[in-house]
Amino acid sequence: MGTTFSKEELERYSRHLIIPEFNIEGQRRLKESRVLVVGSGGLGSPLLLYLTAAGVGTIGIVDFDVVDESNLQRQVLFGKEDVGIPKVDAARKRLQSLNPHVNFITYNTQLTSANALEIIKDYDIVADGTDNFPTRYLVNDACVLLDKVNVYASIYRFEGQVSVFNYHLPNGEKGPNYRDLFPEPPPPGLVPSCAEGGVIGVLPGIMGSLQANEVIKVITGVGDPLSGRLFVMDAASFETRTLKLGKDKTNPLNGENPTQKELIDYEQFCGLKTTQREEAQDVKEVVSAQLRSLKDSGSDYQLIDVREPYEYEIANLKGELMPLNAIEDFVGRIARDKQVIVHCRSGVRSARAIRLLEEKYGFDNLYNLKGGILDYAENIDHSLAKY
Amino acid sequence: MSKLIIPTPLRKFTNNEGSFNSSGSTVREVIHELVSTHDGLKKHLLDDNGNIRSFVRVYVGEDDIKSLNNDLTPVAQNDIVSIIPAIAGGIA
Repeated sequence: MGTTFSKEELERYSRHLIIPEFNIEGQRRLKESRVLVVGSGGLGSPLLLYLTAAGVGTIGIVDFDVVDESNLQRQVLFGKEDVGIPKVDAARKRLQSLNPHVNFITYNTQLTSANALEIIKDYDIVADGTDNFPTRYLVNDACVLLDKVNVYASIYRFEGQVSVFNYHLPNGEKGPNYRDLFPEPPPPGLVPSCAEGGVIGVLPGIMGSLQANEVIKVITGVGDPLSGRLFVMDAASFETRTLKLGKDKTNPLNGENPTQKELIDYEQFCGLKTTQREEAQDVKEVVSAQLRSLKDSGSDYQLIDVREPYEYEIANLKGELMPLNAIEDFVGRIARDKQVIVHCRSGVRSARAIRLLEEKYGFDNLYNLKGGILDYAENIDHSLAKY
Repeated sequence: MSKLIIPTPLRKFTNNEGSFNSSGSTVREVIHELVSTHDGLKKHLLDDNGNIRSFVRVYVGEDDIKSLNNDLTPVAQNDIVSIIPAIAGGIA
């Protein structure tokens, strides 16, 4: 009975208070709870807005990023005036004006194996709104090691997934976690590249809202949390399914023979240390300024763009379009008697193309544009759109 | 015929088809029929020994085939077989 509400709070939360099974006890549990939201982007925006509006007592926000123009298509927490500002600062300002009764704690940092346990330990529930595999496994493992419930959502293009991991079941056991669902991440070569990324802006709004609803259910005890189940949705076809999720005996954290007692190196676990970066390093390179000199001096060279046609339309350097997936069809059009510069968005796909062309077709005159068209747009030609 | 649902990240190998009809009577047969039709999917779904890869989850109806009979799980007429991919966010 320690937690009380002011008249203003009672009025603010009145639509919760008059739901019979929710009532003031549910509202009290919300006010007494501490929720950590990891990532304040597409999923984090609706999560934070609804958890704040609902009256969660303390909300922690972890994000290392600053607001970018390209975020505004889906990250409804932010406005035009926030571009360039750290996300946690812009979020706090917006959320505090939405509900002054909530206590916000912000962490303008990347969640890592070094700080995750320290940050997460003071919270009751974690809501994972991150956008990459290493952090997904990091959040999951930290939550299992610290006994915290992890409310999960993930999105890709039109496809979304939601579940509640490590839920504290009435019998004292813990519900399944992310490693029961996906024991290991897909190898980086099989993960969609930046050419194949993208997300329809409304989707994180839908999935993040479902996530917020699960957080509120877990806190208040109202309803049946999505533990032991995985909700999947295809927003394009409007197919939704709720699948059963069981525990995996071989789960290294809490299966029959647990082997992992602490956090690990998640970049390495996800195979990210030995692929993209090294791949980009062992090909010959030119930097944006060198390409500009070539252009300005009228030198004889060939410029090849290995991106997709729809990327070319966003911004291009007037290179010859030869998408990586079909690059072998274009071999006959690639010069062997002069310098050939190959570029993509950030330099990874073009490095891959060069390696293929060198190894399979014996080219020795190919140079990767370091940092791709993004670097060129950043440092040489500011009229180009970055994406 | 059973219907196999192709998740978004794999549709680039199926000419953007979101589903695949199969007459296979087990999950193994359905998946092998799928990859023989769409060859590019093979390395994403099967390892060198023809087994379903560990980072791919396959469901028949609401049930994970791991809780049934793995890739020998029977598939009946009108069953929905789903491939559930690991997805992490908008930009990989």
